[in-house]
Order: sequence, then structure tokens, then C-alpha cells
Amino acid sequence: MPNPARAWREYPQRYRLEAEKCTKCGTIAFPPRLVCPQCGNRKFAKTKLAETGKLLTFTIIRVPPDPFEDQAPYAVGIAELEDGVKLTAQVVDCDFAALKVGLRVRLEFRKLSEEGEAGVIYYGYKFVPE
Amino acid sequence: MAGIVGYGAYIPRNRIKVEEIAKVWGADAPSYKKGLMLEEKSVPSPDQDTITMSVEASKNALRRAGIDPREIGAIYVGSESHPYAVKPSGTVLAEALNATPEVHTADLEFACKAGTEGMFIALSLVQAAAVKYGLAVGADTSQGAPGDALEYSAAAGAAAFIFGQDKLIAEILHTYSYTTDTPDFWRREYQYYPQHGGRFTGDPAYFTHILGAARGIMAKAGMKPADFQYVIFHQPNGKFPLRAGEILGFSRKQIDPGWLVPKLGNTYSGSSPLGLTATLDIAKAGDMILLVSYGSGAGSDGFIFRVTERIDEVRNLAPRTRDMLDKNKAYLDYGVYAKYRRKIRKAK
Repeated sequence: MPNPARAWREYPQRYRLEAEKCTKCGTIAFPPRLVCPQCGNRKFAKTKLAETGKLLTFTIIRVPPDPFEDQAPYAVGIAELEDGVKLTAQVVDCDFAALKVGLRVRLEFRKLSEEGEAGVIYYGYKFVPE
Repeated sequence: MAGIVGYGAYIPRNRIKVEEIAKVWGADAPSYKKGLMLEEKSVPSPDQDTITMSVEASKNALRRAGIDPREIGAIYVGSESHPYAVKPSGTVLAEALNATPEVHTADLEFACKAGTEGMFIALSLVQAAAVKYGLAVGADTSQGAPGDALEYSAAAGAAAFIFGQDKLIAEILHTYSYTTDTPDFWRREYQYYPQHGGRFTGDPAYFTHILGAARGIMAKAGMKPADFQYVIFHQPNGKFPLRAGEILGFSRKQIDPGWLVPKLGNTYSGSSPLGLTATLDIAKAGDMILLVSYGSGAGSDGFIFRVTERIDEVRNLAPRTRDMLDKNKAYLDYGVYAKYRRKIRKAK
């Protein structure tokens, strides 16, 4: 039986990049946490991640897990956003030869995967070159 | 006075040339290029659909509008390629924009006219003061059957408009609709590709409605073609909007800025709305713009806009439509295009 609930709980992060900022030390938690990993504080204020950054590292996936079978080969990268948060996502709309550390990227709303032809479609963010 | 507060466009980067499609089907590319006045068309990536393009176009509209998304009281997505048969595209869009939960949302369908239908409804709610701002999107990832004439033109793109009563970049002076039951193009439930009436899509369908709506709205406004700086007609191919303009007495200078189809293809619900975004990108305060959409089945919506001074403040707050059309393109061969558009039958 399809289970759309898990993805639905993640919509604020996947759709809108909602994060939480520790009220004591300023660490941004994405996804949100109950306890700050830096200072142990339990109070956070809502914030939104920056939508641009630069690529820190990347790899090309040629043997993908099932939901991404049709997309291979594809690039996955970690980028440091303007607010210092390091985020992992696919890097799309980019020839592999143009991928390099330091590449300026921005986040775009894309289809992440779908539960076959009849199931729920999951959306979220991916990097594209700026 | 109500009008447009912000506008935004989105065009995917993939393209396929007419020659590449013609080669596969043994068709004569030069005659298609000349007959349809088409060179290439946009193609969505496998991870793009009407919803993702609507979100990106709407974010661009929000950047130009400079409003809080929670003040948007109505969101309409017009498309003939909604990803779900049952479950709205508009709810995903509203959620992604942070406009939920106090918002009215609906998906609209009317072949290529669904985008301007949304504009018509969102504008009406703003005029009635039922909502502060209303968002309307025309978006499509259209499919043409392999080998059919439509395959050369069926493209992908989205245009979004936010309507309101303040911070206007264009006032809307008049609207007009012209609708009849004309079966020139259709797709039945559970059918993957649409069917059309061939030459029947011309005079009794496209031209009757486009010319009827254009003449109707100009008569209502007491205006003539020379009173407009720009005009945008629905663009199913390159030829039809030029011929409509010629019959009505518009010049190429008025048509060309919004005439995107030779390099873009027909983006269906996004077609004339995208032409409007490209026109607003270059318009000046005081310019008068006429937009006439067309949707098979059949109907046309007409709008008359008067551009305000605020256009100069907002046009560079989001990417320009012509830049998305002309820069950073990636050309596909037919095999990859067929895979991207799910034209290949797989084992599971």
C-alpha cells in the first residue's frame, strides 16, 4: 500500500527549505532537530535556507537505486549555501564536463522520484548551475 | 483599477530541432520549417513537469511583485498536462510558495487557453475585492503523437502572473471572451496523445475565435490596431499568429517581441502568456498591449493592458524570457527526446 505520509512530513524542508536556527549559538539545523548539535540548546527560531551557493564536491552516479533508475547517469553534489549550510542534492541541467568544485549553483524545484506510474510524485530541490 | 503586480516565466533548457524529428519519420524538414515557421522546440527534462515549471515561474513572479505569498488568496494552474488526473497541481504550487492554508486553489483545463482562463478568474476575484492578490499560471509539457504534425510543435514552458489592486506594473483596462463548441482538437480520458481535425483547426477554429475576440475587445474599448504598441496571439505554430495579425492590420513590429514560437514551439497553456512576459520585458510605461489567447474546443480570451512606470523597477528582478529562450540550450537527439518524453515502452 502506498505511504505518502513520510514524504508529506518533509514538505516544509523539501518544498520551502525551512530550517531552524539555534537561539543560543546560531547553528542552523536542516532538517530541524530537537537539540542543537553544537551547544545542546533546545530552542530554535524558524529560518529559510539560502537558495544559492557553491559546489564543494560532487560525484556521478552510474548505478542508481531503484527510484532513480531512469535518471542515470546523474550528478550528486554537496554545496555550501550562502548561509554556510552544506546541502546534498542532485546537480542537474549541467554537462558533466562543466562540473567543478567552486561552481556557483542555485536551487530549483524538481521532481525527485515517483512511486511508479500510478503512485505519488515526490518533489523537492536540486542544484542547477547559476 | 486592477492589473498585474508581478510576472514570471520558465522555459526548460532542452531543445530538439525540426530536422531531428523529421529525420526519424522520413518527413521533409524544410517544408515543415517553412509551412509551420518552426525551427526547434523546448523539451522538459524527466524531472520537470507542469508543477515544477509552475513553481519556478511563480517564484519569478513573486520576485517581481515583492509581496508576501501569504497575501495571495487565489491560485489557479491552467494546463492540459497536469501530472495527476485526480489531485491538484495548485496545492503543490501553493505549498511550495508558502501560500497555504488560507488560499483558494483550482486546476483548469481548456486546451491551450487554460492559462488565460486562470488569469481571467484571478483578475475577477481581485476586481471584486474577494482576494488581495491572485496568482494564475499557464504551464504545459505538451505531448504530440510520434510522427504527427503536432510532434514538431508540442513544447514545454510556464508563465505566471500575480494580480492585485496596488503596486501595478500593468493595468488591465478590458477583458473579453469568445467561445463556441468547435471540436478541432481533443484528448479523451485515458488517452495518451491528443487528436485533431487537421485543416479544420485553421479557419473555423483558430482564426474565427482569435479574430472574433480581437475585434470584439477592440470594439468594446473603442480602439484600433494602431493604438497598441504590442500584440500577442496564441502561437500554435509560427504562421497562424502572423496571419491573424496581418488580417487585423497589425505590423510585425507589434507582433515580434512576443512571437516566441519559432525557437520555443507551442507551449499550449503557456503560449500567449509567455509571449506577454517577453513583451513586458521590453515594454515602457504607457505602452498598450493586446493579448488574445486561443484554446481548442474552442475559445479565445482577450485582455488590454496599459503598462505603468513600475515596470522599470521590476523587470530585472527575475530572468528575462528571451534569455531563457536563447541562452544555455542543450540539444537532444530523437532517442534521448523519446526517453525523456516516455515515448519508449519499457518492460515494467
